[in-house]
Amino acid sequence: MDVNLILIGVVVFIVLFVWFTYNSLATGRVRIKEALSGIDVQLKRRVDLVPNLLETVKGYAKHEKELLENVTKARSSLMQATTTREKAVSDNMLSSALKSLIAISEAYPDLKASKNFLNLQEELSDIEAKIAYARQFFNTNVGSYNSTLVNFPGSIIGSIFGFKQEDFFEATDAERKNVKVSF
Amino acid sequence: MNIYSQISANKTKTWLIMFLFVIFITTILFVYGKASGYGLSYAGIGLIISGLMTFASYYYSDKMILGMSGAKQIQKKGNPELFRIVENLCIGAGIPMPKIYIIEDSAPNAFATGRDPKHSIVCVTTGILSKLDKAELEGVIAHELSHIQNYDIRVMSVVVILVGLVALLADFFMRSLWYGGNRRDRESSNAASIFLFIGIILAVLSPIIATLIQLAVSRKREFLADASGSLLTRYPEGLASALEKIAKDKEPLEAANNATAHLYIANPFKGKIEGSWFANLFNTHPPIEERIKILRSM
Repeated sequence: MDVNLILIGVVVFIVLFVWFTYNSLATGRVRIKEALSGIDVQLKRRVDLVPNLLETVKGYAKHEKELLENVTKARSSLMQATTTREKAVSDNMLSSALKSLIAISEAYPDLKASKNFLNLQEELSDIEAKIAYARQFFNTNVGSYNSTLVNFPGSIIGSIFGFKQEDFFEATDAERKNVKVSF
Repeated sequence: MNIYSQISANKTKTWLIMFLFVIFITTILFVYGKASGYGLSYAGIGLIISGLMTFASYYYSDKMILGMSGAKQIQKKGNPELFRIVENLCIGAGIPMPKIYIIEDSAPNAFATGRDPKHSIVCVTTGILSKLDKAELEGVIAHELSHIQNYDIRVMSVVVILVGLVALLADFFMRSLWYGGNRRDRESSNAASIFLFIGIILAVLSPIIATLIQLAVSRKREFLADASGSLLTRYPEGLASALEKIAKDKEPLEAANNATAHLYIANPFKGKIEGSWFANLFNTHPPIEERIKILRSM
């Protein structure tokens, strides 16, 4: 009788334990997805801004073909990216392409003084700050999910129910070096 | 520490404080009941009154406080730079965008209020906008957003309900002694007079003890908001140097009063002497030097 009670207690305890750990992992995964869509919103804003920016720059600096092409290429690769890693890599590409595009304005005083260009530049830096914060939020979520998954009860329950480590939103050093920056 | 675990740690702590507070109140009730001979009848009334008063102030806290401090809401056009800072930090914290209000006052200060992140408000004075640079302002706003994110307004409301209850009970008890004289005479025994004695001491001390608990909680929440704000900006120095500037400024904030003091980023009543541990017991905020020291060591 007493032994049965203890057994039932142990089983109930284990069930509750598994239940809570499973829930915290599942919640973590949902939060990561939400945070990723938060990044996507800002990435989309930047992708939408690029054609405007290109038009404006073309008006003053037609010969910078290579630069303009780089931006277009990076933009379309970002639009096609599906996984977190791909997005992070092409976002990184677009960032540096845009940086060199903005930098050429130094050589074209008319472009630099253009009101349209100034507005776009301001908006771009705002979007960039927002992307940075959205990334920070995303990575915080991934970090806490991954650490639950690595540590003791999470590691067992995670492997039973097939939870996998999520990627941080970042490009590796090697991928960063592949981005060509030309001034 | 991850923000989510911070939030859940806070919720746990709130429950723990409530639990201890309830034990404290039950003890008081027991003693009062024994001493006055009325039993527990008035405890229920006390809880209802205290609960209603605080619920009203909790639910309408944003409107009441804004009415008291004479703040005006601004839109993005009114101050795009401030707006962007708040937008960005909200993205980083993963909370919805609060409404932004400005108080016309040259004393540098800021506060946040609202019952949950969806009904939240961040309010800054014109003084803080003109005296701080961008990194410092970011530190201050991140501190305020952390108050919202950690549900500090809710935590403090719970504590205030309980403090109000303790004060009401003490008051009821003293009154019942006044009017209930005959009753006691009939059952005057040794035990009853001991309880009467303890009851009177408790009635005098308990409101003070309860207030001290409230202030201790308030100070803990300030430290916590400093920490999680720095986690958000990844730049504790911004808030540290903002606090330094605020501390140097000796002008008191006219819009602040005792009811709203705990909401501000730094104690709005300047000029009071801070320093001795005894004086610190009665402060809503920890000493600014200590906050700066902790921020600089992060």
